[in-house]
Amino acid sequence: MKFYYDLHIHSALSPCADNEMTPNNIVNMAVLKGLDVISITDHNSAKNVEVIYELSKSKGIKLIPGIEVQTKEEVHILCYFFDIFDCISFGKIIYDSLECIKNNKSIFGEQLIMDEDDNIIAEEEKLLLTSCGYSINDIFKMMDGKGAAVPAHVDRTSYSIISNLGFIPNISNLKTVEVSSDFSIVGNTSEYQKKHKTISSSDAHRLGDINERIHYIECNDFESIVEWLCS
Amino acid sequence: MKVKDILNSEFTLVAGSGGIEKEISNVYVCDLLSFVMSHVKSGSAWITIQTHVNVVAVALMTEISCIIICEGEKLDENAKVKADEENIPVISFSGTSYDAAIRLSELIK
Repeated sequence: MKFYYDLHIHSALSPCADNEMTPNNIVNMAVLKGLDVISITDHNSAKNVEVIYELSKSKGIKLIPGIEVQTKEEVHILCYFFDIFDCISFGKIIYDSLECIKNNKSIFGEQLIMDEDDNIIAEEEKLLLTSCGYSINDIFKMMDGKGAAVPAHVDRTSYSIISNLGFIPNISNLKTVEVSSDFSIVGNTSEYQKKHKTISSSDAHRLGDINERIHYIECNDFESIVEWLCS
Repeated sequence: MKVKDILNSEFTLVAGSGGIEKEISNVYVCDLLSFVMSHVKSGSAWITIQTHVNVVAVALMTEISCIIICEGEKLDENAKVKADEENIPVISFSGTSYDAAIRLSELIK
């Protein structure tokens, strides 16, 4: 079965995302675009995941609970969970390890926590756009058995495992990497593409940037997508 | 010493000309933005090789007096626009971060 996906979408909780990235807007846009499965991956926090998870159920679209962690090395790793509760508790661990730097809204943007009707129920005060207290190795260890960890946008020159480390380390549960949606996968024979599976999500910070129905993962069922990412 | 006082044929201004009257009271070298956010002192000249828009955001937040981009790296276009808007001087230097720090130390003496 082909599952058309976008597994890298930021909600209004991420400071750099538009405030229009509300739960209903994201889910409805994904439905309009004909996607089968999405993931909400905010920076270092999963505080909007549960509400969007519930909402997507009622709209007939699947959601993989996720978070985009910024490691000590300033590398972005997408973490995808089998279980929503694991995602929420992992989100708390990551959030608690962030330095207490107050967000300056006028510079970085607002960090909004919302309910199922897109009401703002709280504003996150701690800056989420910083590094957590864990290394890349720590994150992969912490994710073992809980889901898949996928280095984000490895083709970019910032916040990428290749740009910051210079290579992709040999980690047993690192099987898949993400490349940017404007990156041409066809015909490229980069070393990492020989050794790793690639997915291509949008890293959408605006509604219009969410993937069209282009990229798919072939799996038996929805439940096996996270398994596919880490095996 | 002001930002304008360090501009010469080696340190060339590429953005944020509105901020060249800012005082430099310190020099800081680091490429990890999150580390800079929590450690740099305001009034510093910040030496880095990072070129994306978040360097300008970090400079604004921490009240850094200028950003010095080394190794001849080119500032991203959206970062240039932001630096101009916010009057954050961005200076290009073709040598390494080590060379930039040494040159600055000579200028500041």
